[in-house]
Order: sequence, then structure tokens, then C-alpha cells
Amino acid sequence: MGTLYEDIIDYGGEVFGEEHLATLRECVQCGKCTGGCPSGRNTALRTRKLMQMALLDMREEIFNSPELWFCSTCYTCYERCPKGVKVTDVIRTIRNLAAKEGHMSVPHRMIGVYVMKTGHAVPIGPDQMKLREAVGLDSQPPTAQKHKDQLEQVQAIFKATHYDAMIDFDWGTMTLKGMDKGGKK
Amino acid sequence: MSEESKTYAYFLGCITPNRYPGIESATKKILKEFGIETEEMIGASCCPAPGVFGSFDMHTWLPVAARNLAIAEEMDLDIVVTCNGCYGSLQEADHLLRGNPKLKEETNKILGEFGREFKGTTKVNHSIVVLHDVIGLDRLKEKITKPMNDVNVAVHYGCHFLKPSEVRGHGSSETPYILEDLMQATGAKTPEYKDKLMCCGAGGGNRTADAVQSLEWMRQKLVSAIEAGCDCMVHPCAFCHLQLDRGQEEMEKAYGIFLNFPILFATQFLGLAMGMSEKEVGLDQQVTKMPDKLLK
Repeated sequence: MGTLYEDIIDYGGEVFGEEHLATLRECVQCGKCTGGCPSGRNTALRTRKLMQMALLDMREEIFNSPELWFCSTCYTCYERCPKGVKVTDVIRTIRNLAAKEGHMSVPHRMIGVYVMKTGHAVPIGPDQMKLREAVGLDSQPPTAQKHKDQLEQVQAIFKATHYDAMIDFDWGTMTLKGMDKGGKK
Repeated sequence: MSEESKTYAYFLGCITPNRYPGIESATKKILKEFGIETEEMIGASCCPAPGVFGSFDMHTWLPVAARNLAIAEEMDLDIVVTCNGCYGSLQEADHLLRGNPKLKEETNKILGEFGREFKGTTKVNHSIVVLHDVIGLDRLKEKITKPMNDVNVAVHYGCHFLKPSEVRGHGSSETPYILEDLMQATGAKTPEYKDKLMCCGAGGGNRTADAVQSLEWMRQKLVSAIEAGCDCMVHPCAFCHLQLDRGQEEMEKAYGIFLNFPILFATQFLGLAMGMSEKEVGLDQQVTKMPDKLLK
């Protein structure tokens, strides 16, 4: 484990390319990100502050702040940054690092449960099948939820990348471990 | 495959088929009306949500998205979507994998375990862009049987339709025009309103992190559209639809206020303008009710 900045470059760089995330160094604290942030006008999220905290290696403070999860990834800051900082992808990478270290809420972990169980973050149920029939569609779409062999492929990916272990998924009960006690780690 | 291809692989995602099937029926019917067929993608999964799975583990997000792309590649078809999340996720994955041979190799190692491969031979399109760029406004105007001349539409783009603009390629995200053009083709007006470019509040796991807080974004946006004299909101995203329509019911529970501001996916609105019934495009299945001026 390096500094938070180094980890952002290393981890996010594998997907986005290192130069993409190294734009973080260009931040001049102008605040244009915060000025246009729809979350910032409603929550305690201050994007400028978050960028500076990342550069100052304030890992624990960032990972433990609820507002890290109040970014909707709208990309307004990313589009407007006069220094070309890829702000939204920096935030997503910080969240990845936080999640790897166990900073993930039960509702966020549950989204993974739905996908591992059904192939979909928003699965279909009997009531919605009736809605489909009412507009002249087949009651169930031919997606992963309908085809077990296809769902198994999706599940294989979550196993290969150890996402299941990251959220403490129990393949026996097909939900989070300790869900009877609220699912908290 | 080219822009002229007349059959698309319809990537349904989650919310379109599983919550708002009216979006699916309206989109299929309209494309068919213009000679464009859609084929089902057998076994497609969640895209998966870019701001959600991309925020939790991008190394899981990418192969799941790549698997969906591979299904369309096996069909030898370009993709069409009805959700900005699907658009963002699939297009971003395609963009990253095409540009990074090492990443592609690692991803294909995972997909290879069950005999699939990402090759980079499909193209991810948004249904609304197909309507605007492939079908075109002139042909669209010919099919309008119920002009929407007295309707003021609050256009809502959502975020991932336009941004990041360097990947989407629909021009500046500050001065969009595609939805305005489509709405104006029906005779409707598209007044500017204060929070026109604002996010609905749902993305990036924000809705899951704090639902009531995320509804406040929606409330601000809807009120600013109402203040500008708009009759309804039209958008290109199934996930925004869930937040903006279902969210109004949730807002009533949280705050005791029901705005009942009509929310329509763009093909639902165009379907009405082309003479389809409210029931055909699933608008009778929603929380928000449609006013007579949209229906009669």
C-alpha cells in the first residue's frame, strides 16, 4: 500500500490508464467542481476538498466520510474542470479502494447480491410480469434471470474477481453473510 | 456493420424490462414503424450500472459489461439501449477495451472460462440517437398524427447520455440539442428551465446511499420545470424514469407532497404523438398521470 495518490494511480490506472488519473496532480483548488456539483448544493460533499484530501493522503478521513457516497457520478465537474482533472473517475477509484478495505454499506452490498442471484440489479417479479403482458410483451424478458446457464456465467465473473468475498456473499443462502443480524460486517 | 444497419440488438438492462416495460414496447413499436427491427439478447445481464459497480469494483464491472458486448458481437449486430446507465456502461467498457490490449486480454481470460470473447466489433447506440441521426427529423415529422403544439416539454437529459462528452460524442454537454429537436418535431415547445442540466439524483449509488436526500435533487428539478410553465418532463433514461416517476410517490411518503408532474421516456412521448394509446406505451402503469392535452 502506497499513499492514497499512488494507490489511485496504480489501481485505477489498470482500467483508465495512469495518465488519466494522474490529472489529479493538476488540481489548483479553484472550486469549479464544487460550484457546479448538484450534490454539493444538497449534501456535505465538497469535491474540491475531496481532491485536496486525496493529495494530502487523508485516506482514513475520506474512507470514513459518508459524503464520499453522495456523488451521483454526473460528470459535471469532469466536464468543467479547467485543468482537465478526471474528477469523477478519481472519485470512483477512491470508492473502489474504500470498498476493498470494507467501507461499503449494507444497501450498497445488496445491489451485488441481486446481480449474483438474478443477473440484475433490479430483478423482475410476478407483478411486473403482468405489466409486461399488459403492453403486449412476453411475461419475462430473455435475460440472465430467465436463463440459468447464462446467469452462471455472470456468477462466474463475480467469483473470478472475488467480488463475492469483498461483500461477504454467502453462496449457500444467496445473500450476505449474517443477514439475520442485519448483514453488517 | 454501419449506421444504416436496420436490425439492432436491443440491450434491455434492468429497469426497462423489469419495471417500465412501456418504455420497451414504445421503443420497439416506433423503431419498427421506421423499418428498424430489434432482436433480443439472450442471457444479457445488468449492464452493470457504471456509477454503482464502477464505484465498487471496476475490475468486476468491466468483464460483466464485456460479456454483454460479446453477446451482441456473436449476433453480429450493433446495440441499441433505452437507459443512460446501460449506454454509459457499455460504451465506456467498449471504449476502454478497444484502447487497451492488456486490459482486453485480462478481460477475455475471464470470459474465456465460459467460451465468450470481447472482440470490439459492435457499436453501442442510444435509441434516441438512432431516432435523431439514423431515422431523422424529416421522416419522424411525417408520422406525427397528433401534433403536440400546445405542450411545453421540460427536457431532461440525465447525465450519462451526454457525459463524458469525449466518449459520447454528442457535442458539448452544456448545449445539448437532440431531445429539443425530437420534441420540436412533434410541435412541442422546450422552454429553458433553471435545473435543466441537473442530475435526477439517482446515479452513482446516491439513491441507495440516502433515498430521501436523493429525492430532494429530484424535487428541486421538478419544481424548477413547473415554475417555467412546463406540462411534463421527457428524458432518455430508464433509471432517471424510476427516480422521477416512482420517486414522486416516495416523496409523497417522505414529505406528504405529491407533485404529480408527468414523466415520459422520449419514445413514450413520441408514441403518443404518432397516435399510439396511453396503454400501448405503458403510461397508464405509472405513478404520475398524464394530462388530457397529451392524450386527446
